[in-house]
Amino acid sequence: MWEYTDKVKELFLHPKNVGEIKNPDAVGEVGSIVCGDALKLTLRVDRETGKIIDAKFKTFGCASAIASSTALTELIKGRTLDEASKVTNNEIAEYLGGLPREKMHCSVMGQEALEAAVADYRGEKPPQKEEGEIVCQCFGVTDIKLKRVIKENNLRTVEDVTNFTKAGGGCGSCVPDIEKILKETWTGKKAAEEAVKPRRKLTNIQKIALIQEVVEKEIRPLLQADGGDIELIDVDGNNVIVSFRGSCRGCLMSDVTLKNIEKKLRDLVSDELVVVVE
Amino acid sequence: MKIVYLDNNATTMVAEEAREEMLPYLGRLYGNPSSMHTFGGQVHRKIETAREQVAALINADPEEIIFTSCGTESDNTAVMSAILSRPGRRHIITTRVEHPAVLNFCKTMARRGFRVTFLPVDKLGRLNPDELSEAITDDTAIVSIMYANNESGVIFPVHEITDIVKSRGALFHTDAVQIAGKIQVDVKKLQCDMMSLSGHKMHAAKGVAALYVKRGTRFEPYIIGGHQEAGRRGGTENVASIAGFGKAAELAKGHVDSGSSKMKDLRDRLQQGLLDTCPGARVNGDPLNRIPNTLNISFEYVEGEAILLRLNEYNICASSGSACTSGSLEPSHVLRAMGVPFTAIHGSVRFSLSRYTTEEEIDFVLEKTPPIIKELRALSPYVQEEGEI
Repeated sequence: MWEYTDKVKELFLHPKNVGEIKNPDAVGEVGSIVCGDALKLTLRVDRETGKIIDAKFKTFGCASAIASSTALTELIKGRTLDEASKVTNNEIAEYLGGLPREKMHCSVMGQEALEAAVADYRGEKPPQKEEGEIVCQCFGVTDIKLKRVIKENNLRTVEDVTNFTKAGGGCGSCVPDIEKILKETWTGKKAAEEAVKPRRKLTNIQKIALIQEVVEKEIRPLLQADGGDIELIDVDGNNVIVSFRGSCRGCLMSDVTLKNIEKKLRDLVSDELVVVVE
Repeated sequence: MKIVYLDNNATTMVAEEAREEMLPYLGRLYGNPSSMHTFGGQVHRKIETAREQVAALINADPEEIIFTSCGTESDNTAVMSAILSRPGRRHIITTRVEHPAVLNFCKTMARRGFRVTFLPVDKLGRLNPDELSEAITDDTAIVSIMYANNESGVIFPVHEITDIVKSRGALFHTDAVQIAGKIQVDVKKLQCDMMSLSGHKMHAAKGVAALYVKRGTRFEPYIIGGHQEAGRRGGTENVASIAGFGKAAELAKGHVDSGSSKMKDLRDRLQQGLLDTCPGARVNGDPLNRIPNTLNISFEYVEGEAILLRLNEYNICASSGSACTSGSLEPSHVLRAMGVPFTAIHGSVRFSLSRYTTEEEIDFVLEKTPPIIKELRALSPYVQEEGEI
């Protein structure tokens, strides 16, 4: 059972500002039902003063997600958009008297919904969506978001990064990447790339042998640990043809798995490889 | 306020009779059952009585029962014993919906070089024995498949599984912790090689469980130490809990028929009532072949932890397969294996009854739940207007 503060419990049982503003001046939507939480924020803004006159939310999520949504709307009402933009996830958490560490991502979701709404009001692209490279495929978290949340919350471990962003909490295959980003953020330099990839051009036989080795040693053990498996069917030029086995067959995440396999083969064998399912 | 406890697949209340049976062994009868003196010897006799009682529940012989500390230990022991006692075979078969006690053990074995097949289930959580026939080979050391699933309540075709496993000379272990004591289990008819049972799932105390090992099955102990349990499980016995387990097994045997039909009636009443009153509700798991106490129901577009905490306000205890309750951000592996859509996995609630559950309690849940679902749906961005998605 999670240890929630009285404030979280109170705002979960009696949330404030629930609903949707009709014809809103700004809308911010974040999260998705697949991830397990989502927030839709609607704002009424005074065009003259730039002040947020009203804010309402609809949230799909657990107690802390619902309480964080109330906290967010209470914190921004009456502020100008500029002032409101400065609200951080920490302020949301503080308003609630703190959140369990594992639930900090709920406060981050509140902050992101606000950012999205402000961007919507200003007619800008929603932040992060378009930028950065996705690190965590399971929850769609980009490197830019990771770097920002790591800095703002002074995060030092992968576990903390997962608590705040969910990244790494799904299949776990991006954990090494998160470690790299943590290192980069706090040492200021890029982690030395482990030079595994051969520099010179491979012969066909060498390429196939290397692909086989990577599939056997790097990829299959990871999949098997989750009840899945893969079979290498053929290598045709730069097309690596595979077939899913075990729980990978028909798995909702198999597209993500395929991308991860391709990335691994590109990292370790050749940038030109394309993985296709038989 | 009274507790309405509908989380009996997690653990159960210790039956009063079982508790009474334990108390002397937490007090004056503290002797070590391995001692030579009468003071210890009488404790030893109590353990043997409990062994007879537990054996009787599943129609085993007392010598076929090994007491362990928990269901997880029984499961780990079974799989480990099978692979140690048949070193030539390097293949394990289990299912994707197994309890972590088997699932994670098998994943660990996969990392240590064993080949592991995780059999899928269909949308209703059912296992197709043909999948097993296809997967099993002469290299298969053990097939470990649960008798009934703890989350969906679905009962697996263990008799057919036994036949398939026998035909290839592998061992069959079944985790029966959720079914023993609820419906009739008979190892003589089933002919499985090993079966796990757990005390606290059948109104005994925590910290005691059993592993049935069919006579003549090659066995390697997992906890190695003294000669306790005929050398099959070292460590001084948890005497009080074992005494209570024996009594609880005896009680369960007496209730198997009457208790089950009462539980089933109440479970069905709860199910129908919730389906009738809550929009977007759906039952997870084969409605025709479930243990009589389990209802896994999803309320679409609302989140399980939120439902549980609202129910908690009325002291109603249930559980959920939602990611938010797991602590790992991942929703239930069982519901995912069944292909339940994410909209419904996150809003899943498991109600699990016991033979002590009353009609009043079920009616109380039926009164309190629909308004909770309605309020949470009003909060959900995926529900536009009342009833509309």
